[in-house]
Amino acid sequence: MNRAWEPVIGIECHVELKTATKMFCGCRNEFGGEPNTKTCPVCLGMPGALPVPNAKAIEQIVRTGLAFGAEIPAFSKFDRKNYFYPDMPKDYQISQYDMPLTVGGIVKYWLEDGTMKQCRLTRIHLEEDTGKSTHAGSGDGRIAGSSYSLLDFNRAGVPLMECVSEPELHSARDAVAYLESLRRTLLALEVSDVKMEEGSLRCDANVSVRVAGTTELGTKSEIKNMNSFRSVERAIASEIARQIEVLDSGGRVVQETRGWDELHGVTHPMRSKEEAHDYRYFPDPDLVPLAIARNDVERWKEKLPTLPCERFERYTGEYGLSVNAAAQLIDNIPLARYFDEVVARSENPQQSSNFVLGELSRLANETGVAVGDSNVTVEHLAELVALVQSKRINSKIAKELLARMWEGGGSPNAIVEREGLAQTSDPSAVERFVDEVLAANAAVVADYKAGKTNVLGFLVGQVMKASRGKADPALANELVKKKLSS
Amino acid sequence: MTPDTIDIRYVATLARIALSDDEIERFSKELGELLGHVRALQELDTASVPATAQVVESRNVLREDVERPCLDREVVLDGAPQRQGGFFRVPRIIAE
Amino acid sequence: MNAAEIARDVSARRVSAAEVTAATLARVQAVDGDVGAYLTLLGEIARSSAARVDERIAAGEHLALAGVPIALKDNMCLEGARTTCASKILEHWIAPYTATAVARLLEAGAIPIGKANCDEFAMGSSCENSALGVTRNPYDLARVPGGSSGGSAAAVAAGEAAIGLGSDTGGSIREPAAFCNLVGFKPTYGRVSRYGLIAFASSLDQIGPLARSVEDAALAYDIMAGYDPMDATSLDRPVERTADSLRADLAGLRVGIVREFDTKALGERSDALYREAYRDLERLGAELVDVSLPTADYGLATYYLIAPAECSSNLARFDGVRYGLRVEGADVRAMYDNTRAAGFGPEVKRRILIGTHALSSGYYDAYYVRAQKARTLIARDFERAFAQCDLIACPAASCPAFVFAAKSDPYSMYLMDYYTIPMSLAGLPALSVPCGWTVPEGGNLPLPIGLQLCAPLFGEKLLLGAAAAYERATNHALAHPAQIGTVPA
Repeated sequence: MNRAWEPVIGIECHVELKTATKMFCGCRNEFGGEPNTKTCPVCLGMPGALPVPNAKAIEQIVRTGLAFGAEIPAFSKFDRKNYFYPDMPKDYQISQYDMPLTVGGIVKYWLEDGTMKQCRLTRIHLEEDTGKSTHAGSGDGRIAGSSYSLLDFNRAGVPLMECVSEPELHSARDAVAYLESLRRTLLALEVSDVKMEEGSLRCDANVSVRVAGTTELGTKSEIKNMNSFRSVERAIASEIARQIEVLDSGGRVVQETRGWDELHGVTHPMRSKEEAHDYRYFPDPDLVPLAIARNDVERWKEKLPTLPCERFERYTGEYGLSVNAAAQLIDNIPLARYFDEVVARSENPQQSSNFVLGELSRLANETGVAVGDSNVTVEHLAELVALVQSKRINSKIAKELLARMWEGGGSPNAIVEREGLAQTSDPSAVERFVDEVLAANAAVVADYKAGKTNVLGFLVGQVMKASRGKADPALANELVKKKLSS
Repeated sequence: MTPDTIDIRYVATLARIALSDDEIERFSKELGELLGHVRALQELDTASVPATAQVVESRNVLREDVERPCLDREVVLDGAPQRQGGFFRVPRIIAE
Repeated sequence: MNAAEIARDVSARRVSAAEVTAATLARVQAVDGDVGAYLTLLGEIARSSAARVDERIAAGEHLALAGVPIALKDNMCLEGARTTCASKILEHWIAPYTATAVARLLEAGAIPIGKANCDEFAMGSSCENSALGVTRNPYDLARVPGGSSGGSAAAVAAGEAAIGLGSDTGGSIREPAAFCNLVGFKPTYGRVSRYGLIAFASSLDQIGPLARSVEDAALAYDIMAGYDPMDATSLDRPVERTADSLRADLAGLRVGIVREFDTKALGERSDALYREAYRDLERLGAELVDVSLPTADYGLATYYLIAPAECSSNLARFDGVRYGLRVEGADVRAMYDNTRAAGFGPEVKRRILIGTHALSSGYYDAYYVRAQKARTLIARDFERAFAQCDLIACPAASCPAFVFAAKSDPYSMYLMDYYTIPMSLAGLPALSVPCGWTVPEGGNLPLPIGLQLCAPLFGEKLLLGAAAAYERATNHALAHPAQIGTVPA
């Protein structure tokens, strides 16, 4: 008998912060570069060198915590995590053990169908990154079988945010949606590039399963080596399936660390250390405690940007945009900001999003100029939305106008006035164009009357052309039909 | 294990120091004795006493996020036991 | 010649820094074969520094330490100079940067003569734990100079430098000063930047001067003290100049004599000398008050958990990867084990092992946390005592300089710092000043002993001022010359 299983997933993310300099020294914090050119006595762990924390990194972590509604404890400190590894210069990592910068908080995320969910955070803390090892002599750059390793300490000491979730995610898709939301939020806060491919976002997943409806957690495995959102989803799904298979066949899940094998689509147990981890955490005597000032916290809280989830809820709820349209805007923060300003003026989110995501985005792509930097100001776009909404111009004219505004700027109202582009909704004026067109296309009229009703579109098009696009298309359609059937 | 004993082999493994049999014997004895002296601390009533990590109270000593000059790579690598090009080189790392 | 006099003479261009440097280097040539104060002589750097000082003086600059020859304990970095910590693991390491305290002294015109021997990684009280050389006490070459700053002390005592830079974690400036007839001063924790001082125990280490007079110690301290943005534990608070507030008497001061520090245990002669010293303080106008430090007796136990715990982590970086010694192995792990086995001496290994143990899973609370709590109690004892007195006076060391290999059992060596460790744990400023001579049993030369004075946190000005008054009134330091060569003019 197969029971119903519920997967339980917690995610630990390491995120490199986007500061100008490293966490504890003034070396440049920058991806890549010639090996060992961004190093100094401090980040090389030279004898006698001392760490001094980067105020900006602390601010970034606290702001991140605030964005997720975390508590900012009055007191925090740095601890040393002691273990030997060649790419860790001091052979201890400065981290935070029992007094992280932020505690708790909630990450809201949405699924493709627009469902909002949430996952609580345990904590966010600050630590320093290690250098990079390149394993050589094995042919494939892997550690297994390598005969020596090369070390580059450019990354050593880069500020790293560790963000730990509660085990509250219940599917591989939820886990990825959680990560997407985390990534979007960090981008909105401008605290990280969050690029998995450059390693500025790295994550591990703790996966277990339990009998559905029970509350006790099952034995977990920790999954590592996932280097894209897609591999996170595949790895978790594969691990859930593996654990269920083990349990269904009467076995037991072993607590262990498993590595994701992208090529074969499975997780493998990773070799465990001979001795248990004994990190000997203790307060770093080179650093003094942190007491984050309450007025700084208030100031940072007030200046938080609009967060992706707030936008998502507003766009899909109040504005009635599709999940897809909402996500497109949210994933282009300057565009979303532009859109918000247009909506604030036009009060027509649907039409505004049509322009912003349609014609304007197309022009932006074509010209390489961001919408927000273009000649089309938010005021002018709001005017254009109003012109369409009041039917003073039709959509074809609107598109032409937008192209002209992109080119040379200017108020659409003024252009419409100056060039008489306003839509003609006066039946007698439109009727004149209809008569002209029918007279000039006697053969087509004959076809129509012979039953080829599909020529109607052609005739209406000719009327629009004769009116230089200004005729109200609905009216033109109606009048052509009326005349043909009379 | 009583508080006064020390598992020298385990501790030496954590500290990454290879010890000879003589050293193991000698350090076990000496450090066991030292732990005996240290046991005197158990006499103190520290139930309501806060731990002191830093004796002079100080908070929030930070630096601005401003770049400073790095070391010249040649100077850095000249002091290395083994280098290869612009890298430090180490013997193979057994995955842990 | 004292540092203050040299600086005055060089500033007034009565003598050049180059001449002082040449004379000092000559003195080193003459006596260091016997004394062994230096591990590395900085002849070239010294001569070029002197030339630059002479140029700056000629250009009209005022330099507080113009031409003053100094010895640097070899756990302090000087760019381009070998910096060994008296350890095989750093035997050939050239520092690529300069410690802040050293940089400040050099900027003020001091001339670095050499890197002075010490106990390996500053762990010891006799210099015998140096892996790279033997330093002898200039007052009796059969005896140790004290430690761990023994090379700096011997250099100053033998006239091979006017000021020695030392570091004090549990007594490593004060004890060798007492052994070598010098003033040795450990400032309040955090007063002098630790940037570039190779760490032993970060929450205790403090740089300070060893000098022939209180005035010289004050002069060097004034230059070194003050906030350093490179050291997050350096204190960002105003530093009062001490060199021009040295007192003539102790009128109005209350000096605490610690009830628990019974000097009878030190033997009849030392007991008499300390009693005499306390009476001298009284004669200078101080009121002696009885104070109690009930938990001071737990200082050693507290110290021998906290300092090794920190050291076990601080010394992890000596792993054969980026600098220093490497002993190859089949893989990185074996390389670490071999490098550290060959690179560290027995005392360093002992402390790394005990410290690793104190922090390890299952023992952390029983050892490390308890020691930190005991540290709180010790600091509170001093707070209570300083409610009743302005300064505390007590011995600087448990005995005068001893002969080599006299303390082969580690714990008996640890006991040397019985009187200095409590002040270190409490972060207090304390100094040792010569307070008399004794001929020990089995010896035939008079040996100096030191009086320790200690002030509340940040009380450097009061401390040095009072010590100057005592020094001027007693003049013990001048009673006997060192036994090496002739005392320099």
